[in-house]
Order: sequence, then structure tokens, then C-alpha cells
Amino acid sequence: MLILANAATQEMKNINLAVVDFDNSKTSRELINAFGNSPFYTIIPVKQSVNSAMDKVHNSQADAILVIEDDFEEKIVKSEKVDLQLLVNAINGTAASLINGYTSSIVTGYSAKIGIQNVEQFKPAIATKVRHWYNPELNYKLYMVPGILVILVTVVGMFLTALNIVREKELGTIEQINVTPIKRYQFILGKLIPFWIIALFELAFGLLIARLVFNLTIAGSIPLLFGFASIYLLVALSGGLILSTTADNQQQVMFMSYFFMILFILMSGLFTSTESMPQWAQLFNKINPLYYFMDVNRMVILKGSNFADIKVQFVFISILALLTLTWAVLRYRKTSN
Amino acid sequence: MSIIKITNVSKSYATVKALKDITLSVERGELFGLIGPDGAGKTTLMRILTTLLLPDKGSAQVCELDVVNYYRKVRNILGYMPGQFSLYQDLSVEENLKFFAGVFGTTIEENYHLIEDVYKMLEPFKNRPAGKLSGGMKQKLALSCALIHKPEVLILDEPTTGVDAVSRKEFWGLLRKLKAEGITILVSTAYMDEASLCDRVALIQKGEILGVNKPEQFAKEYPYRLFSIEHPDVTLKLNEVRGFNSCKGAYLFGGVLHFSSINNNETPEGIINQLNGIGISNPIVKSIDAGIEDCFIQMMES
Repeated sequence: MLILANAATQEMKNINLAVVDFDNSKTSRELINAFGNSPFYTIIPVKQSVNSAMDKVHNSQADAILVIEDDFEEKIVKSEKVDLQLLVNAINGTAASLINGYTSSIVTGYSAKIGIQNVEQFKPAIATKVRHWYNPELNYKLYMVPGILVILVTVVGMFLTALNIVREKELGTIEQINVTPIKRYQFILGKLIPFWIIALFELAFGLLIARLVFNLTIAGSIPLLFGFASIYLLVALSGGLILSTTADNQQQVMFMSYFFMILFILMSGLFTSTESMPQWAQLFNKINPLYYFMDVNRMVILKGSNFADIKVQFVFISILALLTLTWAVLRYRKTSN
Repeated sequence: MSIIKITNVSKSYATVKALKDITLSVERGELFGLIGPDGAGKTTLMRILTTLLLPDKGSAQVCELDVVNYYRKVRNILGYMPGQFSLYQDLSVEENLKFFAGVFGTTIEENYHLIEDVYKMLEPFKNRPAGKLSGGMKQKLALSCALIHKPEVLILDEPTTGVDAVSRKEFWGLLRKLKAEGITILVSTAYMDEASLCDRVALIQKGEILGVNKPEQFAKEYPYRLFSIEHPDVTLKLNEVRGFNSCKGAYLFGGVLHFSSINNNETPEGIINQLNGIGISNPIVKSIDAGIEDCFIQMMES
């Protein structure tokens, strides 16, 4: 979690900006300084030609080019409309739009400072003052940490259970268990409960780290969070057990778990908003347990949602828990054909 | 009264017919041996009896309970020891025993008299993880775990495979004691010499029962005269020996050739003469009684 929350950031810290300043005036240098003073930008010196700046982009030394026309200062002085050109390497679409956004805000800030409102391209028609709720500093880590916590708890819980029955099959110990009069649900519960407790402990530990390292306070109720987590884990662990009873060996079960994990994780809204997914993906998420837990975890931790806010998710996850648990018990057979 | 009754049981895996129409019964209190080479179907038969496998055709009863319909009751009266060591390797000897006692809803103390002999041998290692025991000790622990719930029938799948000769002997001694306690034992083995230690044996080959009898009766009913031939060169001339007119079969047992003759008046001298004829001089030829292995080979042939 310590590694992932820091690595999986979508903030752009090091934008290499190549500035082609045809104007070379006091005003243009001030604008460039505004970028240079920002922690997000590193100014890459280039010759006064767009082509040489493009070369920098081609060999990945620069992420974006800002072109300042030679009549920049003149136009500002005359209070005419001023154009700036921004060329962005958009291989990474997310990064490109972030660069665009940051650059706009810096130019707007600059133009406000020098008291002109007619830097046409970036001129805001209506000044919007944004207040970010629940995460006022737009700290990406606060958004990622609850999500990563979900993944970690799921991975550990699901993989441990998935490997468990298969391992008994490989060792042959399952034979000895199968001839005992132990009932199927007893066996499955016996396999489930220890990992369930481990996973809940892991969640508690993760939240503690989140608090100590990332200074993430839980806005909502902790019992509510754990209540949901405990139902969610039934789904995840039963899923692992279903895979485990299906597979014959550990390699098989690992491949199957990876397949489902990656599918569920990428669909769950860890990185991307689920609302912007196509209709079928949103439908799929109705049966994606990770989607619910991801959602609830963020809602409770960041937003302080109460039970009424997440009761829909509660109902859905309970249905899923009931289904998977029953399936796991039925799937496990002591007698083979 | 038959405690195990198998009627017309057949079982096929994808392409192999593992059991073909098997009918067999074991009497109460018997030590019954299932003898046959690897792949004969011994394990499949045992897995059907222990309710782990469903037969394709036919039925099987243990204590008059059908293994398919009353599997739960059957599991309570059976003790099963699979061929592969299948106790929890990371649990200690004592923990394994306690665990299996618990699963069957009993305690070690309750049936201690049954496992006393075995457990005494294990006692010095009771805190050692089961995975770190020697082969013979593992088998003894597995036997204890299979006995802990006082089963009426004990089913042992090749319990002595891969176990040293001393431990094998000890193990069979334990089985005889258990038989004296009134437990019916069905044991499979690929070792022919162990057959003589059973009350009755069934010879099984390629999913078919070749014969069921007392071990000594098998030998008595051997239909041919049997001779042993000892000579260093006899292995090289095996094909010529098999070409003798009276030869029914000739098989090597170690360095000794067992020669069965369809001629009831065959004498060692007659065989020596024939052997001289193919260039084997001064062989040692004796008339011998058939062992179970000879019977098995003879039955396989016919």
C-alpha cells in the first residue's frame, strides 16, 4: 500500500515544458517564469524554432511545447487579443489533459496578475471558483488509498482461500477429510472463517497505516465500514473457494484467480470512474463485488456516509454473499463421479 | 454374514475400464487381501467402498448400508487409509490424531485401547510434524488416525508400499492384532509375499477378479507340476526352455526359473535331459510347491 499509493498517482509532477519564445520580451519571460516557479513544470531550453522543440518531444525530453508569438508583448500592451499555442504529447491521454488544465490555470493566473483579461485562448467566460469537497487539496493519495486497501484485502483473502483446497487436493489430505462424516457446509465454513478473520485484521492494519502515513482520517463510522467489509469478504472468499474446488492444481487456480481479479479490479473503478463506463460495463459491475466495496470504502472513509447512504450496496453485496456462499458449498463434493 | 458386499460393480475412467463387473464379499472379522499389480483397479474399488467415487454400474454395501445412498453412515463405520500419505504434514503427530478424533466426534482417550500398540511406537515423536516422520512412522500414524473412531471396517490401500521390510512386518503384526479386536480389514498390496498373511485373498488384474481363495488353497489348487531351475545361463536360453513340449510356462523369480509342466509324470531328471539338449549342463532342478505368485501368473495366462 505504501508503494502503490505513491506510485499510482495521477498528479503530474514533472512536466517538461519546451518554451519557444519568439517574442523574447519582458512580458513573455515573466510568463515563462510563472511556469518555472510552479513545482509541476521544468522548463526545457530550446532553440527558437518549433521544429527543434518538436524534436525534443519526439525523443521524450519534453512533454509539451508552449509557443509564444513574436507580437506577444506588443498585443498585451495594446490590450489586443493574444494567442498562445500549446502542443501536448498526448500518448497518455490523461496526462495530456492534465497538462492542458495546469497550463491553462497558470496562464489565467498570470493574465489576472498583469491585469489583462484578453488572453483569448484561456480566457474564462465565467470565472468559476472551485471548492473541492471531501478531499479539499485534491490529494490523489486520499482517493487511491481506500481503493488500494480494497485490492489488498481482496487479493490476500481470495488467493489464500483459492490455494487452500487445491493444496489439500495436491497433498491428498482431502481424501482423508472426505471419508469423515464432516458435512459440506462445516468444511467450507472451516475453510472460510480463518481467512475471513485474517482479511479483517489486514483491513484494520491497512487503515492504521493509512492514518499514520497518509494522514487519512475515516470520516464515517468504523463499525459500518467493517460491517460492510465482513459481508464483502464472504463474497471474495467464497469466490476463492469456488475456484479452488473447480481447479485441480495450484497453477490452474492461480491463473483463474488472476483472470477474475484483474477483470474485477479494472472494472471496479480503482483508477477510472465507473459512471463513464459503457452501459454493459455498468451492468457487469452489478455483479462485481469489488465495485461495491470500492465505492462504499471511499464513501465511508472520505465522505463519511452513513448506513442510509450505502444501503443499496449493502443489499446487493448481501445477495452476492448468499449466492456465492451457497454455490461454494454446493460446488464442493466429497464424492466424485 | 458378509460385511462388505460388492455386486456387479463397473467403473470406467475416460478411456480405461478400471473395474469390469466385480462381485466380491468379505466376511465379518476377516483380514482380506486384494492382490494385484499396479493399475489393476484396487484403488478404484476401495474408493467406491469408501464413498469417494460413484460406481457406473452395480452396487456395494458395507454393513448392509449402500455406499451411495447411505454414504454418511458408511463414513462413520469405515476407517480408510489412502495409498498416498494424506495427513496434515504441518501438524504434529498428536495434533493430527486429535484433529481426526474431533472430526469424528470422539476423543483419543475414548478409543485409546485400539491405537495403544501403534501409538506407543509413535509416542517419542508426538510433537514432531507429521511431514518429518519416516515412511514407516507415517504409515503407523495414518493407521492410528484411521482407527481413532473405532471403525467396524478398516480399508487400507497399499499401506506397506515404500516401507522398509522391518516396518512392513511390524505393520502386519498390528493388523493381526486389530483383527483380533474384531475389526474387519480389507487391505490391498502389490507384494505377493504379503498375501499369505491374509485370511483370504482376491487376485485382481485389469479390473477383473481372477480368483478368491485362502492363500494356502490357491497353492493347493495349482493345476500343474512345478519345478525350479537354477543355472547361470538359464536366463539366456529362456525362449528355448519355453519351447519344450511339456512347458506350460517359465518365469524368472529372481535368479531362479519356475517351470510349470503340463506333463503330470514330469521328473526333474527329464527336465535336466532336455536342458542338456539345449546346452545347459549341470542345472539344479527341484520339484517345488506353488506359491501365490505362481498361481497369480497362471491365472493371468488362462
